[in-house]
Amino acid sequence: MDNYVVEVKGVNKVYGKTIKTVALHNLNLGFKTGSFNAIIGESGSGKSTLLNILGTLDRPTKGDVIINGISTKNMTKGRLSDLRNETLGFVFQFHYLLPEFTALENVLMPYRIANGKADKKSRDRAREILNLVGLEKVENNLATNMSGGQQQRTAIARALMNQPKIILADEPTGNLDSQTTDSIYQLFRKINQELGTTFIVITHDRRVAEKADRIVEILDGRISLDIVK
Amino acid sequence: MKLAFEIALRFLKSSKGQTTLIVLGIAIGVSVQIFIGSLITGLQKSLVDKTVGSAPQITVSPQEDGAYILDSQAEAKTINAANPEEIKNLVAVTQGPAILNTSDESATILLRGFDWEAAQGIYKISDRIIKGALATNDNEIIMGEDLSKKLSLSVGDTIELITPARKTGKFLITGIFDLQVKSLNESWILSNDRAVQTFLETGEGVSQIEMQVNDVFAADEVAGDIKKRLNDDALVVTNWKEENAALLSGLSGQTASSLMIQVFVMISVVLGIASVLAISVVQKSKQIGILKAMGMHNPKASLVFLLQGFLLGVLGAFVGVGLGISLSWSFSTFVTNPDGSSLVPFFIDWSFIGISAGIAVAASTLAALIPAIRVSRLDPMEVIKNG
Ligand SMILES: Nc1ncnc2c1ncn2[C@@H]1O[C@H](COP(=O)(O)OP(=O)(O)OP(=O)(O)O)[C@@H](O)[C@H]1O
Ligand SMILES: [Mg+2]
Repeated sequence: MDNYVVEVKGVNKVYGKTIKTVALHNLNLGFKTGSFNAIIGESGSGKSTLLNILGTLDRPTKGDVIINGISTKNMTKGRLSDLRNETLGFVFQFHYLLPEFTALENVLMPYRIANGKADKKSRDRAREILNLVGLEKVENNLATNMSGGQQQRTAIARALMNQPKIILADEPTGNLDSQTTDSIYQLFRKINQELGTTFIVITHDRRVAEKADRIVEILDGRISLDIVK
Repeated sequence: MKLAFEIALRFLKSSKGQTTLIVLGIAIGVSVQIFIGSLITGLQKSLVDKTVGSAPQITVSPQEDGAYILDSQAEAKTINAANPEEIKNLVAVTQGPAILNTSDESATILLRGFDWEAAQGIYKISDRIIKGALATNDNEIIMGEDLSKKLSLSVGDTIELITPARKTGKFLITGIFDLQVKSLNESWILSNDRAVQTFLETGEGVSQIEMQVNDVFAADEVAGDIKKRLNDDALVVTNWKEENAALLSGLSGQTASSLMIQVFVMISVVLGIASVLAISVVQKSKQIGILKAMGMHNPKASLVFLLQGFLLGVLGAFVGVGLGISLSWSFSTFVTNPDGSSLVPFFIDWSFIGISAGIAVAASTLAALIPAIRVSRLDPMEVIKNG
């Protein structure tokens, strides 16, 4: 119960009105501040559903999501948007960059959503993050003019822009080769250690999962395994 | 706002083909509006100008037949004060019927006298003299071209006039005029005010005060102002609109049909924009979804699409105004009468163009409303789930 940065309490998720699919069964799960967590489980087990609920993108059918000690149950859409903007960073399997903007502009986007205009300080910070993910050379490329790995790293840089407390990543390296995958996880670890950002990462890759502080396995919407190292 | 504007701009830039097409659509709509609008207005202007441009548009005369306005200068002052912005070309006219006798023929004419300088405003007599000069002395007159031909008279001849009161007088023809209206050229004999006042024995009195107004279509309102100001039951105020009801109803019919055309053009433009933007919402749903996931509020996301509508409208209106003006210009330059003068004079009404452009911008923004609402309903989950 203590110092969880994000926590689900009694969360149920049921899809469909006539044919009901129960994706999550009465789930209770908390993640500690600064921890690096892997979520594993077979396809269709409910991992993405859980992550999206943790990220307030989806609402649970029953139960509550507590972020930073505050219940999100009764928050308005606008309040939830602000919460996502300030405390959460998302990395999805697909990068979802805005193809109309350059890498640097994409990285600045979360900042600009909050503040409108990007000042010099924020620009410097965006460049710094791009440096961190090794993209200083392509910062002015349009999102479409980068390789898959570069796009995914840009998406990671974007997730870091507002210095979120939590990064939620859903198979962030699903489309990348093993070398790029390694470098991205090294980067995650580095950010986790240097900035104390909490990571919750869905992965199919056992090798990756084993490097995490904690492995949670989901099976048919229930926790089947929870290993803390 | 700035971010929404920038995103809107990038979205438009990224699909150049679509943007060009839709801008062209708006531009054509606006240019058709401007073209038809200025065509109709130009047509009406020239028609009205031909009808009343060289005629009095408001006339103040005594109620009683054959009575005179005695203190015409004071009355003119009062009239002018009724609406000094609109009233122009005031002229006092002394007139009366007479019979013209030559050695072998006679004709009924209307003898009219006014101060040549004041009459210049409405009748532009000095430009209409085709032979001789203005009649400046007593017992001098000028005569219409058609009348002079009919009676075989010319400059230097003397004529005799007889009033209904059987007073006779001899007059020297000093000039021939052409007012470009046959009925006037056949029946009017003009002279200076003193000569006519003396001959008709009106003393200082004049028959009527005539004037024009800046906005010919406001003549009835100005006439009303004058009536109120004069506050004199012995005087009647008439205006050209009362006497040209048929022409006016024709004009308003024209205006109404041009308005209809414009409304339909605008509706088709709006539908076009709405459908293209609706497609664009689908095309950009990934971007919108991720922006929302990153914390963009719904109204902001909608604003992106409203701004796209607005930008398209501004761009389309801009191009459309240019296109419309050049279309009107070409029409008036290349579509001409046999004598080379343009069939419809080139006429630019900036306020009308401004209104057309404004309506286009407003309509485009409004058309973006439906896509904008769809955007606010878009759930980022849909995008993220479906890749
Ligand atoms: N929109 C939906 N409507 C109905 N059922 C859904 C919907 N979304 C997910 N489900 C169901 O919920 C369950 C969990 O789905 P979820 O996407 O969380 O699985 P996952 O563990 O992320 O799988 P994968 O590893 O393939 O991504 C599945 O049985 C799925 O069919
Ligand atoms: Mg999944």
